[in-house]
Amino acid sequence: MTERQLMTGNEAMAEAAIRAGCRTYFGYPITPQNEILEYMAAHLPAAGGAFVQAESEVAAINMCYGASAAGVRTMTSSSSPGISLKLEGISYLAGADLPCVIVNVMRGGPGLGNIAPAQGDYFQATKGGGHGDYRVIVLAPSTVQEAAELVGLAFDLSDRYRVPAMILADGMLGQMMEPVALPPHRDPATLPPKPWALTGAKGREPNYVASFALDPKDLRELNLRRHERYREIAAREVRWEEVATEDAHVLLVAYGTMGRIAKTVVRRARGEGLKVGLLRPITLWPFPYAPIRELAARVRAVLTVELSAGQMWEDVRLAVEGRCPTPFYGEMGGVVPTPDEVLAEVKRLA
Amino acid sequence: MPKGKVVVDPERCKGCGICVATCPFGVLEMTSTYNSSGYPVVGAACPDKCTGCALCALACPDIALEVYREVGAGERRGG
Amino acid sequence: MPKTETMTKVFARPRSLTEKKFTYCPGCHHGLITRILGGAIDKLGIQERTVVVAPVGCAVFAYEWFRCDGVQAAHGRAAAVATGIKRANPDLVVISYQGDGDLAAIGTAETIHAANRGEAITVIFVNNQIYGMTGGQMAPTTLDGQATTSSPRGRDPATMGHPLRVAEMIAALQAPMYVTRQALYDAKHIAQATRAVEKALRYQVEKRGYSLVEILANCPTGWKMPPVKANEHIAATVTGVFPLGDLVDRG
Repeated sequence: MTERQLMTGNEAMAEAAIRAGCRTYFGYPITPQNEILEYMAAHLPAAGGAFVQAESEVAAINMCYGASAAGVRTMTSSSSPGISLKLEGISYLAGADLPCVIVNVMRGGPGLGNIAPAQGDYFQATKGGGHGDYRVIVLAPSTVQEAAELVGLAFDLSDRYRVPAMILADGMLGQMMEPVALPPHRDPATLPPKPWALTGAKGREPNYVASFALDPKDLRELNLRRHERYREIAAREVRWEEVATEDAHVLLVAYGTMGRIAKTVVRRARGEGLKVGLLRPITLWPFPYAPIRELAARVRAVLTVELSAGQMWEDVRLAVEGRCPTPFYGEMGGVVPTPDEVLAEVKRLA
Repeated sequence: MPKGKVVVDPERCKGCGICVATCPFGVLEMTSTYNSSGYPVVGAACPDKCTGCALCALACPDIALEVYREVGAGERRGG
Repeated sequence: MPKTETMTKVFARPRSLTEKKFTYCPGCHHGLITRILGGAIDKLGIQERTVVVAPVGCAVFAYEWFRCDGVQAAHGRAAAVATGIKRANPDLVVISYQGDGDLAAIGTAETIHAANRGEAITVIFVNNQIYGMTGGQMAPTTLDGQATTSSPRGRDPATMGHPLRVAEMIAALQAPMYVTRQALYDAKHIAQATRAVEKALRYQVEKRGYSLVEILANCPTGWKMPPVKANEHIAATVTGVFPLGDLVDRG
């Protein structure tokens, strides 16, 4: 039951999706997430699900839109350039209040960039990305084990709130192998009912799934109701991890692969007697503003570390609101800083 | 010739005139009556000529026509 | 009225359509196609398991005309959305209703690949050679020399290409079960188109596979022609560019 197996992050996310009751997967090859597509091709049909290798990322996300409208748990995965193509569909999913899980195994950008790990899609993931006033629940795992667990959570949150959910991973996490205790298979009978789904208008009025409302008052109403749910998500679903924050003088804020590296930094800093702590956001939207704000009142500096030019940094500064200095340390282009490099930056502040 | 009757729903008719052109017997015509959407509507100019062939309704894009046909005793079917 | 007592209703609204009035322009064939579809759904008795996928374009409300479940797809993506629905629940009868801009321009990739995979869906392709909803711009199916708001001096094949023959393109694939092109300019052709739509849906019900019914439709507003003249134009000119008839029938 809790037997651990060695899996890559990509494989673990795919298997976790099947165990969470995902019964349709639509994808398109792109490195560094191909193993998700390949794992689904090999294993989803045996679980009674449907796998389609689509003609494009655009087609794949729209197949998800159809499958979700039909009431079935559905997932797609891609990497940065492919997610750009999916944004149209993600906006439509959001506008039609359809659940869907989207995995982004981020790579270096912009443009074709490269296939090395990066975190340059934070704005795209957390601020909407596509057109219109919408949000996507964004979960950022930092280990293979956590990736497997967050996939199940993503399906549950997405169904509960009828909001698309994204797993924001990166090439490092997708490709690395770690022992993982996979979550148990979800009993289909325990999945939430979907009375709005397109199952055939038998013994009931027809169900319509659309993001379309020509009358401005109607569209405003739909948006208001959706934002009501966004507020509920922001109030109830914020998740984060704290490491050695009780007496910290310097607080690191980092997520995903960078969050994992930051944990090593904290351990080494503590070994050298430096009072360094870490807050690792697990949900990037909703963002843990409140806990960061609380800690900002007690520390001398909040250092944001990212594999980007400073994207989450903006949310950290919104959280801190000038309570202390908010320096930034980042790398781009697929370069991943070593713990020593980050530690050197910490020492300049401590 | 079987006897027929065509009934126009003036609120669905948009006055496109396709039924007028389709009717082989010149039953229908454009009238000077306008519906609540502002469309001129068709009417039966020569209702006596209607055979109930329903070609007008077949061609109507707005399902604005209902057609009835007189059923002789021999043609009548149960159910 | 003793006379009506002997009268039987020989033509009435299909039961699988809602009472909503169509939002189409006077004379527009979209309404006729909707009625034909409704009649076919009635005839096959599939109203309770049909899902209508509506496109972006004049038929954006298409799902509201049917007493069937319905979904509105992004522009050009209806075939992908239909694929997702059908793969999720193969017992549903899935109709993808699309215009020429939607299906043959922005959605070309989704169109071809759904057909090539042989998705068991029914595609109703409304070819009126123009973008109606956005104000009469040139479509991939616009005829050579045809003036539109974005080809004001007429479609020049030298720089704009020739009209795209979708049915022929789909018929070149191996998977489709039924590919046909129909017209609605007179009662005879309406009756033929009705039989084609029924066959396409029946093939899906019988789990045979993909079918596409291309329908040469008018656009009186976009063409700036009275409806009756627009129908005459289809008979006299459009059918010369887009020949009518079955291209593939593997049923």
